[in-house]
Amino acid sequence: MLANQIGYYSLILGLISSIIIIPISLKNYPQNNETINRKIISLSFFQFFFVLVSFIGLVFSFINSDFGNETVYNNSHTTKPLFYKISGTWGNHEGSLLLWLLVLTFFIFLFLVKSKSQPKKYRILTLLFQQIIIIGFFIFVLKTSNPFNYLFPTPKEGLGLNPILQDPALAIHPPILYLGFVGSSVVFSSSLAAVVQGYISKSWANHIKIWILISWFFLTIGILLGSIWAYYELGWGGFWFWDPVENVSLMPWLSLTALLHCILVLEKKTILTSWTITLSISTFVLSVSGTFLVRSGILNSVHTFANDPERGLFILFFLFFLIFLALIVFFVFHKNGNHETVKINFLSKETSILINNWFMMYFLSVVLIGTLYPIFLEVLTNEKISVGPPFYNKLILPFLVPFLIFMTFVPYLRWIKSEYNKIKIDIILLFILSFIVSFLLFKQFGFESLMISILIPFTFYLFLITAKDLLSKNKKNFSQKVSHFGFSFLVLSILLNSIFSSEIIINLKEGETFSFQGGAIKFHSLEENNGKNYKSIIGNFEIYDDKNQSIKLMPELRIYNQPSIVTSEADIKTTLFYDKFLVMNSVKNNEYFNVRYQLKSFMIWIWISTLILALGGFLSFTKRLYEK
Amino acid sequence: MKNKILLISLILFICFCLVVLFKGLNNSNVYIPETTNKIIKEFKSRSLFSDDEISSEKILVNSDYYILNIWASWCGPCRKEHPKLMELSKNPSVKLIGINYRDNLKNAKNFVKKFGNPYSVIFVDTNGIISIELGAYGVPETIIVNKDKKIIKKFIGYLDDKSFKELNSILK
Repeated sequence: MLANQIGYYSLILGLISSIIIIPISLKNYPQNNETINRKIISLSFFQFFFVLVSFIGLVFSFINSDFGNETVYNNSHTTKPLFYKISGTWGNHEGSLLLWLLVLTFFIFLFLVKSKSQPKKYRILTLLFQQIIIIGFFIFVLKTSNPFNYLFPTPKEGLGLNPILQDPALAIHPPILYLGFVGSSVVFSSSLAAVVQGYISKSWANHIKIWILISWFFLTIGILLGSIWAYYELGWGGFWFWDPVENVSLMPWLSLTALLHCILVLEKKTILTSWTITLSISTFVLSVSGTFLVRSGILNSVHTFANDPERGLFILFFLFFLIFLALIVFFVFHKNGNHETVKINFLSKETSILINNWFMMYFLSVVLIGTLYPIFLEVLTNEKISVGPPFYNKLILPFLVPFLIFMTFVPYLRWIKSEYNKIKIDIILLFILSFIVSFLLFKQFGFESLMISILIPFTFYLFLITAKDLLSKNKKNFSQKVSHFGFSFLVLSILLNSIFSSEIIINLKEGETFSFQGGAIKFHSLEENNGKNYKSIIGNFEIYDDKNQSIKLMPELRIYNQPSIVTSEADIKTTLFYDKFLVMNSVKNNEYFNVRYQLKSFMIWIWISTLILALGGFLSFTKRLYEK
Repeated sequence: MKNKILLISLILFICFCLVVLFKGLNNSNVYIPETTNKIIKEFKSRSLFSDDEISSEKILVNSDYYILNIWASWCGPCRKEHPKLMELSKNPSVKLIGINYRDNLKNAKNFVKKFGNPYSVIFVDTNGIISIELGAYGVPETIIVNKDKKIIKKFIGYLDDKSFKELNSILK
């Protein structure tokens, strides 16, 4: 009860400090000294501190199961394990917005402290733009999604957290993703400030790159965690479904990846300025659009949270307010004339990064159209359609081929000069090798689609080239090599996964055996068990392979008591080369169970390669800290 | 000049997106799954104000239409739609049946005492099973059943003016 009160009033104090910052900053802005008023930094700290207290208050309400708090009542239950009580804090709409706010206020404080070498006016302007976002979120939380709403009389028991959200990967997925999203808000504000100040320059690029790296790293890891959760918990046996809510996290990632490459150019030469600003703006706008699409209930998806029209309306108008603000700042203040007039050579790194950006923009528009088109169509013509994987496969796969080829030679290009290191014999050898490997694979297994047959050799080639670079003695641009290797590895794993995976769906009852080509599934028995807040039925299965070796798999059906939901927990045995994935579902009023057995190749490599990809970003980030 | 054209076309495009998303927001909030034409199975539970068990078979008789309303005292939107239900209860050709979803009985009784009781009978659904069997998505939900016990329409979420109008047009 007390924690609830403290949380609420602390949140209001946070809003008050946010508002006070504005006039003080405006007063400090025209003064000609080079240091920021200390009051501003202290206030920014207080703003963060108050939100932190408020957040901790909510965490305490969850831990103590204070059902007088509406959010706790709707999302928690006394029998829930402590870990999920805590993660339940942000596993719901209200709490997750409070977390957004917490990260927002923390990042702007960090920005102020860490940007001392930058011009004062630029820092204050960044702060002001960021305050607009922060105050917007404060009002949003307090007005439409107050996490501290009061219930009277106090209920004795809560409704419980949706069991499919009770998973370790998902418990840390939202905070990590938010670090990425909110990091992009700092990039947004800072680029607007730099436009107003005419400060889009090499030194700005150098300074903002670290924020781009932070957001990129966390966004990558956040998406990875979400994907891992979908694989282990949803029991559909896949890691990416082109679900609209997955797409909205992929779109800022694509835009941010383009920006990350673009900022490298700006660091060397003052060109591509307008493009860099556009990307900085679009990354954050896409992040907020993601929030809008997920939170407003405009999409029908497994992920959507609340269905309150007022919330959707607020984010929609806030989003377009930010877009118009950015547009006005861009068109009024941005002068295109102040960049160097250097001829860009055709075979230089700048050109190639521009081409990389075109590819990214293409992929981005495909995902954007696939996500928004159904909404637009429904509004304009009342027709309901859903866009699924075939759409994305058809539009993305063909363009992946030139993209992969392009990636193989770009790292050999030089900055500014139009030079290309002589083609060495080992590169040709690798090229031939990758074609031989693909041909052998093709002969052995035969691929069903032409597109995949074309993609395979080039993916192998890129994989070999990036692996060679990674292992070479030259450690220049090491982080880039790590990331590029991770990316090629990821594409390779996804391709091999899609080629070699197989699936069997049957209905079985206790004691039955089903034989298929290359193995058999035996359903031994059923067991019952009691967990802390659920009962479970466990099936004992044995899978035989063609050499008559067997493994045991025990998929589970969990019947949660609060809320009463049945979930199926897949049992997955992971080895280096494949995952054996078994999930069962009850068939209504029947002794039979629906059993789905999948052999998923190279699953673990998809996770590992994404980690390597992110690791590259992390290395680059730590290297910069070290150099400073 | 070139910049101005770009700016204006961008603004027009963004405004277009805004309008479409705004309309979309109003559209999809009432999502109606295809569960109509289903016949309601018998369900039994105790009634809120008397302790005896009653069966739906005994309640779903002698009327042209039955309206099943799933509600709870803790649900804010239920409060919002309550006046509409009170108005509805004046219609003699309709029998309004409440299903009290996972509620504290004391709170539920207080709710009805405070805001009025539009229902001819209220089933207590403490563990939520009746509502799940009816295919409910959440609270509140309003299900219209004809005299053959067939579901002819479902309203998910509270009854706003638009859906109330639609509901009344069905009952005519």
